[in-house]
Amino acid sequence: MSTGSIAAHGHDDHAHHGPTGLARWLFTTNHKDIGTMYLMFSMIMFLIGGSLILSVRAELFQPGIQIIQPELFNQLIGLHALVMIFAALMPAATGFANWMLPLQIGAPDMALPRLNNWGFWLLPPAGTILLMPLVLYLFGIGTGGADAGWTLYPPLSAQSGWGIDFAILALHLMGISSVMGSINVVVTILNMRAPGMTMMKLPMFAWGWLMTAFLLIATIPVLAGAITMLLTDRHFGTHFFDAAGGGDPILFQHLFWFFGHPEVYILLLPIWGFIPHILETFARKPMYGYKAQVWSLVCIAALSVIVWAHHFFTAGMPVQALIYFMYSTMSISVPLAVLFFCWIATIWRGSMTFETPMLFALGFIILFGIGGLTGLVLADVAADAQYHHSYFVVAHFHYTLFAGGIMGVMAGVYYWLPKMTGHMYSEKLGKAHFWLTVISFNLTFMPQFFVGLAGMPRRIPDYALQFTEFNVISTIGAFALGLSQLIFVYNVVTTWRGKGEKATDGVWEGSKGLEWQLSSPPPHHSWDPQPVIK
Amino acid sequence: MSDSHAHGASSYYVPSHSHYPFTLALGLFALALAAVFNMNGKVPGWAMLPGAAVIIYVVVGWFGDVIRENRSGTFKGWEDRAFRLGMLYFIGSEVMFFAAFFGALFYVRQLAVPDLLSFDMLYPTYEGSWPLAGKGPSDAIPAFTPMGAWGLPALNTGLLLTSGVTVTIAHWALLRDNRTWLILGLAATVLLGAAFMACQAVEYHHAYTELGLTLGSGVYGSTFFMLTGFHGLHVTIGAIILAVVLGRTLKGHFSSKDHFAFEAAAWYWHFVDVVWLGLFVFVYWL
Ligand code: HEM
Ligand SMILES: [Cu+2]
Repeated sequence: MSTGSIAAHGHDDHAHHGPTGLARWLFTTNHKDIGTMYLMFSMIMFLIGGSLILSVRAELFQPGIQIIQPELFNQLIGLHALVMIFAALMPAATGFANWMLPLQIGAPDMALPRLNNWGFWLLPPAGTILLMPLVLYLFGIGTGGADAGWTLYPPLSAQSGWGIDFAILALHLMGISSVMGSINVVVTILNMRAPGMTMMKLPMFAWGWLMTAFLLIATIPVLAGAITMLLTDRHFGTHFFDAAGGGDPILFQHLFWFFGHPEVYILLLPIWGFIPHILETFARKPMYGYKAQVWSLVCIAALSVIVWAHHFFTAGMPVQALIYFMYSTMSISVPLAVLFFCWIATIWRGSMTFETPMLFALGFIILFGIGGLTGLVLADVAADAQYHHSYFVVAHFHYTLFAGGIMGVMAGVYYWLPKMTGHMYSEKLGKAHFWLTVISFNLTFMPQFFVGLAGMPRRIPDYALQFTEFNVISTIGAFALGLSQLIFVYNVVTTWRGKGEKATDGVWEGSKGLEWQLSSPPPHHSWDPQPVIK
Repeated sequence: MSDSHAHGASSYYVPSHSHYPFTLALGLFALALAAVFNMNGKVPGWAMLPGAAVIIYVVVGWFGDVIRENRSGTFKGWEDRAFRLGMLYFIGSEVMFFAAFFGALFYVRQLAVPDLLSFDMLYPTYEGSWPLAGKGPSDAIPAFTPMGAWGLPALNTGLLLTSGVTVTIAHWALLRDNRTWLILGLAATVLLGAAFMACQAVEYHHAYTELGLTLGSGVYGSTFFMLTGFHGLHVTIGAIILAVVLGRTLKGHFSSKDHFAFEAAAWYWHFVDVVWLGLFVFVYWL
């Protein structure tokens, strides 16, 4: 690459007809192209993350060690979580932000288009680095992928093999990507709104994402600091997490969960943003309690950074701290309940129809509700002493992250897919996907509440005999859940390739908002000039 | 947040395709992979050079593009506002990065080190006090002398605070289109930054060779070197940015109305300055 060529290219004004073929995607600055890449990446990583955990469920089908040795089991668990959180859910939300924020707020593009593309292209390298040691391990090379769970607690993570280093570097890259993406979202929302769109006229999706972006900017750097300390503890002789040198492994837990708890809201706030849009569309009623929802989102974001220690009540801390973290955690359920009631009030006595996005949105409300209520149980210090590190926790966060996260994302995909592609997906397959997902999801995770309450610990490849039946059910459910997602993939891919009838501009009878005023699919450059909002 | 920007019909500058973002991601990919394999003894250190070279190439080229766009009058008030907001939030994220290390420092000083006393496990003469200068036979906390505050560190504080003043003088001159003082102020700031880094290098040398204070000196050494080290890295970056701004000034680039790059550099410099004050108080002094 010679520097001479920089001066030669580098100029604008052939704006519309950039390169075609592969180069279009590699070098793009268009928010829709970048959004599409994020969503495709997310879907691929969702399938990879799912395959990792299906092998775990296969092992847990029966007590004893059948097909997977404990060393590999540990890698699969941690990598599954890291892939799902950082490479499936977060990129899905960023994909929606890229596609929809400019359309919804009447902006010509994201505010920082080149930065935007950099944010995306960091992800495939990061995913590769994360999974590379596992693949090498399967070929007999090296010590395997990160095997200390997604939380990477020392001392285990300080001592185990090179997979931790790969995970740390991958997390750094994904962190840079998230921070850059978030800066872009914040600047876009604050700077690019159409004239007349005041903050209190912002679409709820933009509010949700704004809060997510603030949280990412504030907490990802703390994660980066924590894993940097872990890396130097491993290789450069520092003692941050080593009591022999005056450090403390619990310090890592504080730093990790200062990021980790806000992270769960980072994953969900964008979804809480667009679920009300879906509900108002299919209930054909205006959204209930716009202001209350906005302030709830703000409150949740603010509270989420002061409750982190509820993830390690059992690690030992002063009683005052226990009580503080218990009550502050529980207080989050107040604004969360406000959101729930606003969602319900939005559909209350609406003239509802049940297209696939609406089904997913309703399923989301009910199942995520279970996730939230069980979280309240875990936030009780005394109860958590029993439930901590059990399968009850696993069930809790899958009701929040699969039902709240993935199913929310799917509601969004079905809702916006006709807008993005210009074609309707197959409603029949969509409904089949929904019902199979809901049933098999509950089949998978409901039993885990019970084995958890009965004392089955998480992250262990073997279990006591009395847990067998529930684990059998759970494994069968998991495979059904995994297979059902293939319907989704098929439906999305065929729609993308132009099967299905042409979509109208409004797509849904009750759709409101700027994105529905553009053609389906919208032109390559939209909202230039900007619309004026009255 | 003001809601009234005066655009409407005017269109925002969306740059055409660029290979730099993608190339930068590849450079980071190569660097990260080489770093992991190097840390595990699989490849020599120079394996990280190609990735680093690509990154430098992109930084030069990408910023070059942006500067050229700016010179050709592409950016109006609307784009300028985007850059400003972006830089502010970027600095915000940097603040949180340092917050992690300060948090670790406060945690070990207030909780971990004193608590270890009650376990009676480290070594017989362990006192649980800060600075944790080892008196005892312990591999993890060898005997060393902690870094004092009133020698070089105090001088460094003076240097950085003065550089905060000189960069403000430069800003003041820029707003009045006074090029002489702008150039003098910037040059002085860059020199003060360089002097700071030189002192820091002397101090590290002193620590390693005379005080016996190293990165491995218990958690004191860990927090000391990681905090001052990351700060030094940021000073270096800030000084390089300011030097580029100085070079652009010499080429006649900025005016009292159009100087986002200058302000971004100045904000960054003030941020580095403030972090140092925290370091001086909590790492060196108290
Ligand atoms: C009112 C709402 C919620 C409360 C009170 C709550 C409370 C808790 C508590 C106390 C734990 C720790 C349990 C233990 O390890 O012993 C926990 C774990 C967890 N929660 Fe929640 N939670 C709530 C909502 C959510 C949401 C919305 C999400 C995700 C989007 C979520 C995701 C998680 C995850 C991932 C873990 C487990 C992390 C791990 O140890 O690997 N929670 N929750
Ligand atoms: Cu939490």
